[in-house]
Amino acid sequence: MSTPRDVAIVSFAQRPAVRAERQADDTEMLLPVLTEAIARSGIAKKDLGFTCSGSCDYLIGRPFSFVSALDAVGAWPPISESHVEMDGAFALYEAWVRLQHGDIDSALVYSFGKSSLGNLREVMVMQLDPYVLAPLWPDSIALAALQARALIDSGRASERDMAEVAARSRRSALANANAHVKGDFDVDQLLREPHLVAPLRKHDCPPISDGAAAIVLAAGDLARKVCARPAWIRGIDHRIEPHSPGARDLTRSSSTKIAGQKAGVAEADIDVAELHAPFSHQEIILRDALGLGASVDVNPSGGALGANPMMVAGLTRFGEAASRIIDGRARRAVAHATSGPCLQQNLVAVLEAR
Amino acid sequence: MSQLCAVIGIGQTKYATKRDDLSIAGLVREAAQRALEDAGLTWKDIDAVVLGKAPDTFEGVMMPELYLADALGAAGKPMFRVHTAGSVGGSTANVAAHLVQAGVHERVLTVAFEKQSESDAMWALSPKYPFQPPLLAGAGGYFAPLVRSYIRRAGAPADVGIQVAVKDRLHALKNPYAHLQMPEISTEMVKASPMLWDPIRYLETCPSSDGACAMVLGNEQAARKAANKPAWVRGTSMRSEPAMFAGRDQVLPRAGRECAADVYKQAGVTNPRKQIDVAEIYVPFSWFEPMWLENLGFAEPNEGWKMTASGATALGGELPINPSGGVLSSNPIGASGMIRFAEAALQVRGQAGAHQVDGARMAMGHAYGGASQFFSMWMVSSDRP
Repeated sequence: MSTPRDVAIVSFAQRPAVRAERQADDTEMLLPVLTEAIARSGIAKKDLGFTCSGSCDYLIGRPFSFVSALDAVGAWPPISESHVEMDGAFALYEAWVRLQHGDIDSALVYSFGKSSLGNLREVMVMQLDPYVLAPLWPDSIALAALQARALIDSGRASERDMAEVAARSRRSALANANAHVKGDFDVDQLLREPHLVAPLRKHDCPPISDGAAAIVLAAGDLARKVCARPAWIRGIDHRIEPHSPGARDLTRSSSTKIAGQKAGVAEADIDVAELHAPFSHQEIILRDALGLGASVDVNPSGGALGANPMMVAGLTRFGEAASRIIDGRARRAVAHATSGPCLQQNLVAVLEAR
Repeated sequence: MSQLCAVIGIGQTKYATKRDDLSIAGLVREAAQRALEDAGLTWKDIDAVVLGKAPDTFEGVMMPELYLADALGAAGKPMFRVHTAGSVGGSTANVAAHLVQAGVHERVLTVAFEKQSESDAMWALSPKYPFQPPLLAGAGGYFAPLVRSYIRRAGAPADVGIQVAVKDRLHALKNPYAHLQMPEISTEMVKASPMLWDPIRYLETCPSSDGACAMVLGNEQAARKAANKPAWVRGTSMRSEPAMFAGRDQVLPRAGRECAADVYKQAGVTNPRKQIDVAEIYVPFSWFEPMWLENLGFAEPNEGWKMTASGATALGGELPINPSGGVLSSNPIGASGMIRFAEAALQVRGQAGAHQVDGARMAMGHAYGGASQFFSMWMVSSDRP
């Protein structure tokens, strides 16, 4: 493509994730988050050129959940707006594309998800091929276990490696007020726990979380004006793989690899990576696909193992990565989001300070 | 800055109550394959796929773009999923056009579908929301009061809706893809059909259809190499407003007016009624034709029904509306907006066959959704901008 217009993340806000949000509905969860993100951006709400959100009706179990969520935006006078039935990180991608036109300079991106409203393991089955896969009812943990088993069988990771990812993530989450599963765990002790679905133990699996997050994007001079150290999007790309787990090498993430190449991960000197790896073994697969070296600080926020609100956890990775650039803790970061069974679809961006 | 974008391939399925000859994947593939053939391209020529559909509950598949990645040749490519309620078919085309205009991709396949026979859309559209008035039985239950309000405000005679119902079904007879084929349609027949949601009769509503629509969008270079004449995208716009607040005018929504003003400005249209040769607008209930004529600036407020009553909106009239038969003749909900956009493009390409508007050069595609609150529109022309 032609040289893209410079677009940066200038602010981020999130609701502390919880196991079950019983006080607030989607709209009420969003309102304080949107207010905070917009206030922090320094851009007036009326000046935001585009709004895009991500959510999924199957979490709440009724159609059009995004319609009432729009009330949190206060879309009056009418706004230029769109919605994806995907993680909010993909809404960010759409907003980035929209900003490339050059006629608007800022965009609001948000997502929300209450995973607690149904039996998430079973709800996720509805995401599978309805003719040949869903009727077998392989739940989300069973499919992830299949992938973990394949990875272990390939000799590239062990249950101990996975436990180490889990222990490190939960330890990192101690410093993150927005994560809700955290603690200092001993790997040997974790490995003495029984399997949940072999070879996965409970610690290898993400929590079930409710949450919401919002990001404000700004282009060029506006970003420089409102933010001392914007997190510029140096490259961004997403790819999908065949749906059926049997049609893929589950131990590799070819879509992450292509997206990482297109986003320019290899050419950048990366300090931090926020990877959307709901299961411990998936972090190992993603690191490998992105070619991240040992010096890269992976998921300092605790990642999806510390909090995993569906449809939000990917956008949160972008926010966490950007925050570290904005506040000066990092110079260049990878942000990643995934969707679908066993990392079927992946979005990768390189963010940087300039 | 923005690159040019053109429609270089269009494909539609035959719309029907139940396409039990096809799986969901088969349905989208039928439309996509036809769009590729029209463009003179193969699957490998496509850089990215953008899919749209209305609520996932209609088929009972959550985020079906994941499962459809294979059928749409997306493996190894970007695949994107849009959902903006009833306007989604239009928004999906706009999002795909933006990828080309932004210079991200050269050729994008965009597809929208609904396989409504997998469930009962009317009841899927009748959820009980806590602390909100119920939608009652389906979308008609929500929209009938708006129609009554329109009739009262405009002082419209009671039979204008019937006229639209007859006109669009006569148009459908000229469109082989249209679901309803009713050669016997007449004013008496519509009038005699059961009253569902007063004043909307059975034959004044859209059918429930299975179907998919696909387009290949390309940049200038792709348009130059295309097998058939391109339709140039001259403007794209989306606007949203909240569903409910005191004083909101749901009959003549501000979001629709501003969305139209935005695409007209982009396309250089200052007098829509004169400069636009044909429009495909989203009319799921007959009375929405005169209502949208006003919202889109084709008629003054409260005057839209006069334009319809005069015959101006029929094929051969001053401004033909929905020569394809419109949503009243085919309604796979998630695809209905994209069908409007694609039919507008067919017209300026001169490919609309028996329902072609002679010499159409500038056309509008329009879709709306939610509580008349989400709008997506585009303008296409035969002339390169």
